Amino acid sequence: MADARIQIPPAIKRGENFEVKIAIRHAMETGYRVDDVGKPIKRNVIRELVCKYNGTEALRVDMSSGFAANPLLQFWLVAGNSGEISFEWDDDTGTKYAERAAVTVAG
Amino acid sequence: MNPEHLIPVAAPAASPASPARRVLLGAAGALAAAQCLPAVAQIPTNLNELPEIPALQEFLAGRRVQFARMQLEIPRVADNGNSVPIKLGVLGAVAPGAVQSIHLFSEKNPVPRMAVFHFPASTARFDIESRVRLAGTQRVVAVATLADGALCVKVAEVLVAIAACLDGS
Repeated sequence: MADARIQIPPAIKRGENFEVKIAIRHAMETGYRVDDVGKPIKRNVIRELVCKYNGTEALRVDMSSGFAANPLLQFWLVAGNSGEISFEWDDDTGTKYAERAAVTVAG
Repeated sequence: MNPEHLIPVAAPAASPASPARRVLLGAAGALAAAQCLPAVAQIPTNLNELPEIPALQEFLAGRRVQFARMQLEIPRVADNGNSVPIKLGVLGAVAPGAVQSIHLFSEKNPVPRMAVFHFPASTARFDIESRVRLAGTQRVVAVATLADGALCVKVAEVLVAIAACLDGS
């Protein structure tokens, strides 16, 4: 199963704003919860999420435990050339994740 | 519907005594409304004033803010604080690079600085939708940093029925 699902409108016109949605599979463990035997569950939240459009930074989000588990994010970009939208994020375990989706721009 | 019930309601409209009855009813209604008022006034919300959040004070560092343009859409009552839908936007910001960043602060969460959205100069629409966690009933503050240095603020209050992070906090 992929770490994230990205949704981009299928028909985009150059110069127009289009909405990008990403749903990331991540527990966003706050560090305030305890397990069945009362042991604290270590904090593990996404620290930073970077979205790039054809290699150029398009949005950067500093995240925290204030985001719900399996974070969902919707935002807008301006359509340039066809290519790809990529996301990179890292969490408290130091793991780096990445996911990408193709963009087709008409006109 | 019970037809017997309809008769007494319809009858006073034709009877000469009806104006007095209406006055009486109106007075009773006003009394009922007056009794409700103190309950409404008890909610200590001033959405045109920044809540005391040290992280917010630190971020603002004494800079002046305006309670305008910033949009923050969040339910007034959230059943579950673990996932509360939130919508952010800046009114009238349509030019590329008009907004540099949007910061989200919480009054009661253990991590008060919930999120920062950084926009590059190419972005021309600054609407964000997401879902946040809220540790109890509180005020949430959104601050937009505009390209001209202005800080636009919106404060919203959310009543949270089930708070997030109940364990250990």
